[in-house]
Amino acid sequence: MSSQQRALVAFCPDWAVISAGRQPSSQVVVVSANRVVATSPAARAAGVRVGMRRREAQGRCPELEVLLRDLPAEARQWEPAVAAVEAFAPGVEVLHPGQLALGSRGPSRYFGGDLVLAAKVAAAVEAVLAGRPGAIGAIGDGEGARADGPGPLGPVGPGDWAGCCKVGVADGLFAAGLAARLAPTGEALVVAKGGSAEFLAPLSVKVLDNRADLADLLVRLGLKTLGDFAALSASSVLGRFGADGLAAHRLARGLAERTVRGRVPPPDWVIAAELDPPAEQLHAAAFLGKALAEELHGRLTGAGLVCTRLAIEAETEYGTSLRRSWRHDGALSAGAIGERVRWQLEGWAQASQAGAAAQAGRITRLALVPEEVRPDDGRQLGLWGNDAGAASRAARALARVQGLLGPGAALTAVLQGGRDYTEQVLLVPWGEPREPLRPGSPPWPGRLPGVAPAIVHQPPLPAQLLDEAGDPVSVASRGNASAPPARLRIGSGASAGSGASVGSGGSGASAGGASAGSGASAGLVIDAWAGPWPLEERWWDSGGRRRARFQVSTADGGAYLLAREGRRWWVEATYD
Amino acid sequence: MARELLAPVETGFGAILARERTLPLCVPLAGLFPEGALRRGSTVVVGQGAFPGTTSLALALLSGPSAGGAWCAVVGAPDLGLVAAAQLGLDLERLAVVPWPGPKWAVVTAALLEGFDMVLLRPGGHVSSSDARKLEARARERRSVLAVMGDGMGDGWPGTADVRLGIVAGCWRGIEDGSGYLWGREVDVVSAGRGAATRQRRARTWLGGPLPEPVDAGHPVLGPGDVVAAGTGPQAILGTGRQAIPGTGRQATAGTVLDVDIAG
Repeated sequence: MSSQQRALVAFCPDWAVISAGRQPSSQVVVVSANRVVATSPAARAAGVRVGMRRREAQGRCPELEVLLRDLPAEARQWEPAVAAVEAFAPGVEVLHPGQLALGSRGPSRYFGGDLVLAAKVAAAVEAVLAGRPGAIGAIGDGEGARADGPGPLGPVGPGDWAGCCKVGVADGLFAAGLAARLAPTGEALVVAKGGSAEFLAPLSVKVLDNRADLADLLVRLGLKTLGDFAALSASSVLGRFGADGLAAHRLARGLAERTVRGRVPPPDWVIAAELDPPAEQLHAAAFLGKALAEELHGRLTGAGLVCTRLAIEAETEYGTSLRRSWRHDGALSAGAIGERVRWQLEGWAQASQAGAAAQAGRITRLALVPEEVRPDDGRQLGLWGNDAGAASRAARALARVQGLLGPGAALTAVLQGGRDYTEQVLLVPWGEPREPLRPGSPPWPGRLPGVAPAIVHQPPLPAQLLDEAGDPVSVASRGNASAPPARLRIGSGASAGSGASVGSGGSGASAGGASAGSGASAGLVIDAWAGPWPLEERWWDSGGRRRARFQVSTADGGAYLLAREGRRWWVEATYD
Repeated sequence: MARELLAPVETGFGAILARERTLPLCVPLAGLFPEGALRRGSTVVVGQGAFPGTTSLALALLSGPSAGGAWCAVVGAPDLGLVAAAQLGLDLERLAVVPWPGPKWAVVTAALLEGFDMVLLRPGGHVSSSDARKLEARARERRSVLAVMGDGMGDGWPGTADVRLGIVAGCWRGIEDGSGYLWGREVDVVSAGRGAATRQRRARTWLGGPLPEPVDAGHPVLGPGDVVAAGTGPQAILGTGRQAIPGTGRQATAGTVLDVDIAG
């Protein structure tokens, strides 16, 4: 019956707050998607709970400081704690930032019991958090402090977060995880061998939190505790709730999620790639990791498997090899694998900056090893596809394009504040956060109302604007045109070196290119115009620009946005 | 096995779930397509016209699917005005841009057709007919829509596009001697193609941005569905915001500028 491995789980419930460098005494919450995901003890004392809406939390506690969740930073700073535990117990797995697990049978025999081991793990984690001398790497060092605000963990003194790490030991990871969650502060909760079922029985079914739908349904059926659920027969559970329900039922009974027979030996795959030259930038290695993740995921899917434990391995130029296992009880998607690879690389990079010399060096090889797999009985995409399916299909296609052309090739656009049309668009690589650099809300004087041009020339095309008599139109310092414009020549020979830029613009700008050809000698006849609108930017410093802009429409149906700058005319945009 | 079992379900529901077979179009362009929507798997070439506006028309073509939740990508248009794209109703969160595909544009487009509902391509050079056929076949197979921006008159797409669009006439609104702003233009769009699209269709639409607030008495106010000039196609306004055409001194009376004989 108790064929389950004895497991230890260490869990810092406040990890998101700790990794942001806040004190237990400050009232802080970390939110994600407008919901509270972590609270500081002081905020909890004020009545703020995980799962609340941000507004509600602020209502309970007006002084509340609200931080946005930064998972990569959490993962990065968790790495030293994992390394500290690994120093005395092998086989440590990361479950999530702030949460680690290990098979406790061997180590607790060695150290003299589950309680002793639990205390040792908690002490090791807390020593790292406190940044005590002798711990692996002071976490707050280095420029890993990407998050704004005070350097992570810098100001945390020893003992401030004492007791923040809870440890649970039980048969099986599920029970151990719950034991860690329920452990009283500063004490480990050890469930006796073979006692997992009794331990779980009185707990609410809501603890099946990655199966929230099932838990809801069970509550509505009147099955409020895991014990109630466990009392059902396995065959009726399978009939009513399917394979996933059966797995939950096994957990509730204190068994392993899957039968022993269902265990599949992991295929002997190592998805690896050499980096030659070694990756100077973390991004390059992380990008490679993304590609490896895609490949691994593709092969697993092809074999009908999902990966529940994954090892990430790296070798550095000095021959050091690094390895870390990540566990996930659901199926790891390609994106999730890639994300974990990135977190892990960042964690290692920060540890090496913090002075753990063994880890120094650039990465020369990166490998992903599926350590534990199971048959994919998971969900199927909707028959007619759904939004999430469409998004992941699109993401896969873009990953291919990024593989072909490089990570900076596939972009997404964000609109932001700015005066001219080039400033108003920010292109960010696909997958990065879509955050504008400048707010769009304050009015930007000089922004043109009306239709926006479909082609924005970068750089602008040189042009000549002539009046009826064939003389160049100029704009006086008072901001009025010297004469009504009558003809427009685009890419005129008057501007040296303009040929190339016209050519490049013309290849794309059909209208610009065509009209430049047909109207090169006489120019395009202007049949309506408006302007000039002066535009002064940053007049207070030397990088400022002063322009006067016109809109003209020509007899052949074209329309252009022209600018006069530095006594010359430019076509900034074409209303194609 | 499962496929076979599902086949009758899929075909049975297929008629109901037209969305599975087509992508929605914005109203003014719908009349240019035989089904009133973009058939998945088809190829549309924009640019067979005598009047500039290829880029805006192509963006307008994407706006319907994009606003309807489809994922769109644009390949090879580094100078594309994305403010205009947003103005025409594209959802930029679901729009991927690959501005510089280089010589690999065909491979990139093929890859994007795998995952996106609609891909707008401006080829980065000469298009061989085998490239064109391969991309069309890929779109057909992946049930996505390929839209190609051609170059001026001889749209330069050697494939067998299902529908070809072009602007044959137009008229800018909003500026006159020294004052006003460009608000947009009225254009006549024609479509022709293969199969059900063989019959040439024509529609007059408004391509432009939000319209200005003041509505001058004495100038025509256009609403969706209003008939501006005699024509067979549906008339409607494309754009956002207020629906009124600003007065212009040089505004052609209906029928003079806009009626261009396209029979030839």
